[in-house]
Amino acid sequence: MPLQIDIEHVARLARLALTDHEKERLREQLGVILENAAKVSEVATDDVPPTAYAIPRSNVLRADEITPSLTSEQVLANAPEVESDRFKVPRVVEVE
Amino acid sequence: MIGPTAPCDLTASELGTKLRAGEISAVEILDSCRSRIDAVDERVHAFLARTDDLAREQAKAADARIAAGDAPGVAGIPLALKDVLSTAGVTTTCGSKILETYVPPYDCTPWERLRADGGVLLGKTNCDEFAMGSSNENSAFGPVHNPWGLDLVPGGSSGGSAAAVAAGEAVWALGTDTGGSVRQPASLSGVVGLKPTYGLISRYGLIAFASSLDTVGTLTRSVRDAALLLSAIGGKDPMDATSLDEPRRDYTEGLESEISGLRVGVVREAFGEGVEPGVRNSVRHAVDELANLGAQVGEASLPHADYALSAYYLIAPSEASSNLARYDGVRYGLRVDGADSVEMMTRTRGAGFGGEVKRRIMLGTYALSAGYYEAYYGQAQKVRTLIIRDYEAAFEAFDVLVSPTSPTTAFPIGAKIDDPLAMYLNDVFTIPANLSGVPAISIPSGVDAGGLPVGLQLTAPVLAEPTLLRVANALEAALGFDARPELIAA
Repeated sequence: MPLQIDIEHVARLARLALTDHEKERLREQLGVILENAAKVSEVATDDVPPTAYAIPRSNVLRADEITPSLTSEQVLANAPEVESDRFKVPRVVEVE
Repeated sequence: MIGPTAPCDLTASELGTKLRAGEISAVEILDSCRSRIDAVDERVHAFLARTDDLAREQAKAADARIAAGDAPGVAGIPLALKDVLSTAGVTTTCGSKILETYVPPYDCTPWERLRADGGVLLGKTNCDEFAMGSSNENSAFGPVHNPWGLDLVPGGSSGGSAAAVAAGEAVWALGTDTGGSVRQPASLSGVVGLKPTYGLISRYGLIAFASSLDTVGTLTRSVRDAALLLSAIGGKDPMDATSLDEPRRDYTEGLESEISGLRVGVVREAFGEGVEPGVRNSVRHAVDELANLGAQVGEASLPHADYALSAYYLIAPSEASSNLARYDGVRYGLRVDGADSVEMMTRTRGAGFGGEVKRRIMLGTYALSAGYYEAYYGQAQKVRTLIIRDYEAAFEAFDVLVSPTSPTTAFPIGAKIDDPLAMYLNDVFTIPANLSGVPAISIPSGVDAGGLPVGLQLTAPVLAEPTLLRVANALEAALGFDARPELIAA
C-alpha cells in the first residue's frame, strides 16, 4: 500500500500555502520519493552510529572582542515594512 | 567577437601570463567577455544580472595594479558568481521570486577575497531556485540553455555558471555543490568543476540550502585554473564556524608532478545500468590514459553508494526545510499580506517558492516531524556513516577514485521535469562525496556519439586536493579535450 501522507498537516507545519492541485501532486510525489528513501533502513542497523557532519567540529570559539557589524539601517533596508526603526508585522496575538 | 582566438575563450592562467607581459589589458579582457555575453546570452540565459559599471572600475583598478607589479594571479580575470552568493549592493535572488528584490548588505567571503585580489565581477548567474535541481529548470527566472545545444539543459544547480564558462561569457565562475551542483553541470557543459573538501572554502554569505553538505566550488576551463581560483578563496575564515583550520595556500604548486605509481581505483558500482554507453566508453578510455601515464589502476568498491541517493533525499530536504524557515516575509524578500502573522507568512511562502522548493520543504518537514524523525532522518544519518567508512576503506588501497560524473550527457529541456526521481538520479555519482565531505572534481573526458561532452569524476581523501588536482591535471593534458560548443565554434 502506498504511503499515506497528511499533506494538510505537513503544509501547516511548514507554513506553506498550497493550491489543491499542488496538494494532490505532492501527495503522490512525496509518497514515491519517501518509499524510495525508506531503502536506507535496509542497511542502517542499530550498531551504526549516525553522522551529522562528515568533518566534525566542536566548540569553535573566538576572542570576545567587538568587531564592526551592520547598522540597523542596513539591517532594515530589505524589510517589506518598517516602522520606528523596527520590522513591522501583522497582528500576532488576538486583541481582547 | 566570436572566434577561437577571442581573449574570453582563453584560460585564466593564459590570460594572467598575457596580462603580466603587457600583451593585453584587463579592460580588453572584460570587453571581450562583454561582447560575448551580448552575442550569446539572449539565447543561453546564463546571467540574471550584469554588473557592467562595477566591472569596468574593477578592470581599470586591476590594470593599475598589474602595471605597478603588485597583482595577484586572479587580478583582472572576469568572474561570474552563482546568484546564491551574496554581493554587497548587488541583487542576489537565489533564482527565487521570494528574494527577487533582495540586496545583500555584505559580500560573501569568496568574492570578498577575490575582490581584494583584483577580481572583476561580470554579474550573477542563473541557477535552480535555492540551488535545488540538476537541470537549471527550477529557476524562477527561466531555464539556462546549454551552449552545446540550446534545447538541452546545462545541468544544475550551478547551470548558469557552467554555461557562462562554456560559452566564453566568463573566464571562470563560482558555484555551489550540495549534491553535485558544481560537478554535474560542469560535466554536462564540458568544463572543469571542483568541489573541494567540506569546509575548505568559507560559506559566509552563501545563502544556505543544506548546511551539512553545502560547499562552494569552482567552474573553470582548466584544472590549473581551478587550482588558481581555489588558492585565492580557500582557507580558514573566522566568519564561518564550519570553515576548517587550513591556511590559505598555493594549489598550483606541484600541479605538474608526475602521477606515475599513484593508485587509481575505478569505482565498480558506477558503470552499471543507467549509465549511457557513450559515458561509459569515454570514462573507460580515460582510465586507459591514466594507466599509460604510469598510474596503478585497480577496481574499487563503494558498497553503500546505492543508498547514498536515498539518504541524501532525506538529509538535504530536512536541512532545507529548516534553513528556508527564515523566509517569513518579515526581514527581507517578498511579503503577501494576511490577516495575522501566520497567514501572512503562509501566503508569502506559498507565493514566493517554486514547485521543487515546495516539494523539498514538504519532504523535509515530514521527515523531521514527530514520529518520523528516527525512521527517516536518523536512519539517513547512519547511511552517511556507512558511506564515510566505504571511502575510508577505498582510500586505504587507492589515492584517488574515478567514475563518471553523471550517468548521462546533457538531456533536452523538459525531459525529466515531471519525474522527480528520474531527475534526482543525475546526482547518483556525485552525492557520496557530499555526504562524506571528500573533495571531487569533474573534468571533460571526451564527447559521446552525439558530440556532447562527457564528464569524468575524480575523488580523493579529505584535504587531498593537491593529489586530486595533480591527477586531474595530468589526465587533462593526456586527453587533450579541445571540443567547443557549437554556439561559439562558428
